[in-house]
Amino acid sequence: MIGRRRFRRDRHGRFNTGLGADERELLKALPLQARGLLEARDPSAARVFPVAYPQEAKAESEYREMMGAHLLHRHQDALDTLTMTVDAPSLDEEEIHEWLDALEVLRLVLGTQLDVIEDEIVVEESDPHAAQVAVYRYLSMLQGEIVDSLAATLPKGEAGGGGGDPP
Amino acid sequence: MTGSGITTSGVGIAMVGGPVGGARSATPTGPLTAPVETERPSGDDDVRPDRPWLVIVWNDPINLMSYVTYVFQKLFGYSREKATRLMLDVHHKGRAIVSSGPRERAELDVMRLHEHCLWATLEQAQ
Repeated sequence: MIGRRRFRRDRHGRFNTGLGADERELLKALPLQARGLLEARDPSAARVFPVAYPQEAKAESEYREMMGAHLLHRHQDALDTLTMTVDAPSLDEEEIHEWLDALEVLRLVLGTQLDVIEDEIVVEESDPHAAQVAVYRYLSMLQGEIVDSLAATLPKGEAGGGGGDPP
Repeated sequence: MTGSGITTSGVGIAMVGGPVGGARSATPTGPLTAPVETERPSGDDDVRPDRPWLVIVWNDPINLMSYVTYVFQKLFGYSREKATRLMLDVHHKGRAIVSSGPRERAELDVMRLHEHCLWATLEQAQ
């Protein structure tokens, strides 16, 4: 399927990309479109701005006030990094995390537009959305490759980490 | 699917119609139960700040199972086994409590999960 495993971390801590020309074209075009949808708070971008307090209107409004712009800027930066580094032969650690974030945003927006409600989506080739489904699947594959690579860099056991108490 | 067959012509993420948001577009409802810090009315036994706040992650068919597991490991330092167990709870039961604690810390966890686009909410334990 793939001649050389991609996104493998070398001894300098860099991750090789090795994308084909058509993949690079796609990954330059999609972030620009997604950026516009995020900035416009398009309904298809709703998943990028999740609700924290579904039962508390006031707390939710305060949370949104505090987090909305932060989330927007974070994901804008990630989408920009993807566009700007897509031709690079390798990525540093910060860049590959931004790729992961950008791919997550792209999949959420596209998946929302396609109304994905199951893990596997099946479409006929004649379906008018077949091309978008193919892009969605491609993005899923690419994100999966990056996740597998980054997961392999995590410490094996229970690390201290931040966060609250485990359940 | 290694690039062949992927073209940019006519392939965009412009709106494709159909319902959007789905179950995600729940609007906030219900009474306010946030702890009141000052001038609490006497006899208000609804407010018990000692109860921990729960961070809940909800199932979303778009998110890759491997991605959810990875985010749990990365953010909370959970082992792969524990992160996988929580991910499977989210996947099969629809939700899982991934952390709990004082409100400020629980909210911080929700913020970090939201930074990674996971559908997380917080609520006070009953």
